[in-house]
Amino acid sequence: MDNAALQGGFIDPARDAARAFRAGMEAMARPGTIQTLNGCTAPAPMSVAAATLLSTLCDAETPLHLAGTCDTDGVRKWVRFHLGAPLVGRADAMFAVGDWDALAPLDAYAVGTPDYPDRSATLIVEVAALTNTGATLTGPGIAQTATLSLPDGLLAARVARYPLGIDFYFTCGDRIAALPRTTKGAR
Amino acid sequence: MSDYNFAYLDEQTKRMIRRAILKGLAIPGYQVPFASREMPMPYGWGTGGVQVSAAVLCPEDTLKVIDQGADDTTNAVSIRRFFERTAQIAVTTATADATVIQTRHRIPEEPLRDGQILVYQVPIPEPLRFLEPRESETRKMHALEEYGLMHVKLYEDISRHGHIATAYAYPVKVADRYVMDPSPIPKFDNPKMEMAAIQLFGAGREQRIYALPPFTRVVSLDFEDHPFVASKADHPCGLCGAQDSYLDEVIVDDAGGRMFVCSDTDYCAGRQVDGHRGSDNKEYAA
Amino acid sequence: MYVAVKGGERAIDNAHAWLAEERRGDLAVPELTTAQIREQMTLAVNRVMAEGSLYDPDLAALAIKQARGDLIEAIFLIRAYRTTLPRFGSSLPVDTGAMACDRRISATFKDLPGGQVLGPTFDYTHRLLDFMLAADGDVPAAPEMPVDPAPVPHVMSFLNSEGLIAQETCDGTPAPDLTRAPLELPAARALRLQALTRGDEGFVLGMAYSTQRGYARNHAFVGELRIGTVPVEMEIPELGISIEIGEITLTECETVNQFTGSKTEPAQFTRGYGLVFGQTERKAISMALVDRALRWEELGEDDQGAPAQDAEFVLYHCDNIQATGFLEHIKLPHYVDFQSELELVRKLRRDATGQGAE
Repeated sequence: MDNAALQGGFIDPARDAARAFRAGMEAMARPGTIQTLNGCTAPAPMSVAAATLLSTLCDAETPLHLAGTCDTDGVRKWVRFHLGAPLVGRADAMFAVGDWDALAPLDAYAVGTPDYPDRSATLIVEVAALTNTGATLTGPGIAQTATLSLPDGLLAARVARYPLGIDFYFTCGDRIAALPRTTKGAR
Repeated sequence: MSDYNFAYLDEQTKRMIRRAILKGLAIPGYQVPFASREMPMPYGWGTGGVQVSAAVLCPEDTLKVIDQGADDTTNAVSIRRFFERTAQIAVTTATADATVIQTRHRIPEEPLRDGQILVYQVPIPEPLRFLEPRESETRKMHALEEYGLMHVKLYEDISRHGHIATAYAYPVKVADRYVMDPSPIPKFDNPKMEMAAIQLFGAGREQRIYALPPFTRVVSLDFEDHPFVASKADHPCGLCGAQDSYLDEVIVDDAGGRMFVCSDTDYCAGRQVDGHRGSDNKEYAA
Repeated sequence: MYVAVKGGERAIDNAHAWLAEERRGDLAVPELTTAQIREQMTLAVNRVMAEGSLYDPDLAALAIKQARGDLIEAIFLIRAYRTTLPRFGSSLPVDTGAMACDRRISATFKDLPGGQVLGPTFDYTHRLLDFMLAADGDVPAAPEMPVDPAPVPHVMSFLNSEGLIAQETCDGTPAPDLTRAPLELPAARALRLQALTRGDEGFVLGMAYSTQRGYARNHAFVGELRIGTVPVEMEIPELGISIEIGEITLTECETVNQFTGSKTEPAQFTRGYGLVFGQTERKAISMALVDRALRWEELGEDDQGAPAQDAEFVLYHCDNIQATGFLEHIKLPHYVDFQSELELVRKLRRDATGQGAE
């Protein structure tokens, strides 16, 4: 196995993962806010934030889908060594990571069931820019409104009826934001 | 205790709990099943809250633990010590200084803010459980958003007693979708649940986690002609004179004499430091 | 004057110190060693291992000592320790057909290949207190005979050959792990058995007894009860072989239940199954009866509304660590909730007596 695959994990796993989870949790609890998330590096093109989030949440119990440019031999090896997550197609994925064009369409991902709406996929969308501009967001976690740059077409692609749905993270460099299924967005 | 991992739980368990917390935040008020572990304290002593706290605590956190609103109740002391030992974190009794607050049965009087997390210990997470003991049935009711049974129960109270006879663990509707058990807090605390802090609920024995993101709409169930009232004992605190805090009734002598004092000990002490005095306080004259 | 109660921390420390002193008892009496408990309190050790879901006689003995002989407390200690252990993998299913039996009896046949072996049983002892034990009497050696190394066949295999007993087939679904995934209903048989084998002996016994008294009676005969040791093997994928990692004692009970047939099944015998760590035959027999009662749906039987037929009821209430925790937690302070009830009751009484507001 090459060196790139062996490197890039947490230095102090328990404490670093705790800090990383806090950033990821704050992002999910406060949609539209941008948090800093770092500690892990995966082979290019995966961002530091995406690599760190995966390291925080994924293991052998979480089937993972690598989409588009994230589906490289290097990333696969890194996933195998650091996470041990089984690599799967869209339909079986608990997590998926890649850019928006490669992740779409959404209809193949699990959206949960009426009895268990939590059994739904979380998509980690790698974006070129992540800023507090663009769509106006409202919903749980947002006092009045928030603003976040979203990939084109994402809002319209969310067709599952609440409480079913897919939850999104957006990652860019070492920054992360989230869009849970409860957040309403308007351009 | 140094043989144990940071915050006691192993990393795989923490990841499992963390994933459940995130889904809980994404579906406010929905009870996410999680593979609760046996903890070194008994079920019923806050194992759900402890597992949630263990999954969110960072080395930089300052932890406050309360039981019945007080920092010095024995179980609060015991849980605080557990995290001091296993996570080597700072602890406090001051609500404002805490970043993570684990609680049993109360929400602090002082409004919580951005950057704070309130972790509730939950005995029975299912608000419909005492109306329908079967998990297989209550799960269907949540799926179908079929909450008629709960309204019937509350309405029967009104026809029998003239009031809704639920004083604590008063059910709420979250984000216009799920009926949720707020844990056995007095209904006085219900209106505080629309807050700036993140609220996480852990039920260890029942293997459920649920959550409220900040500013989530939380409505106590009621009827137009019988609106919800957040009631408390109609007295000021005997020690600090507070009119707006939840009170414990303390029996002070064999003759049945009693006084009312803040259940939130930090709130009461803070007010006394600021010079407030209640009528039962010997420094009343000061 | 009233002051808010302080000193919870000191109270806890003092309570723990007193507890330690009480555990030790009279210092003039020699302290028990864990080896003594392991060797002489073996049935207690077995119960703690079975319901603690951890096969380690030394740790179970330590837990019993620490718990002052309170077995549920000891089981709790073992469970809490167990959750901290890393998982290296799963063993292969043990083959109870290859068991080196210490005890093997069948109630359904007078004699059978492999023989009736009573083994170390209380069954035919007269329950008279043996005052020799109080005087530390020496035990005369038990007679011995050479061991027949041939495997002892399962009694069920004799009925199998005649097609008289329902075949249980393995559908290849991996067994779920109750300790790693939350209980979900409906529960498959593998999950039900897992819950029963670590369930409280008293609870499972009571449930089994209720079936015998007519609450979903299922006419059970003990087809076979066997106690002995089996090797535990693990597959090592890197080596492509399986290796033996140890040996455990198990109690296995297979019941043969009368079954007159249903809409879906022909008349034949059906089985109940119990498998428990250690020599724990009361538990294994109980488990087999409850297992059989819980199978009513898959066998097309009627729901008689009996407690032992109700999987949700049995599975949610058989765990003594969950039960004892929740039961005992009501002694923790609840004065905030009580206060809110107090206010409510006063208000309702005021309204009822027509006194109106204060």
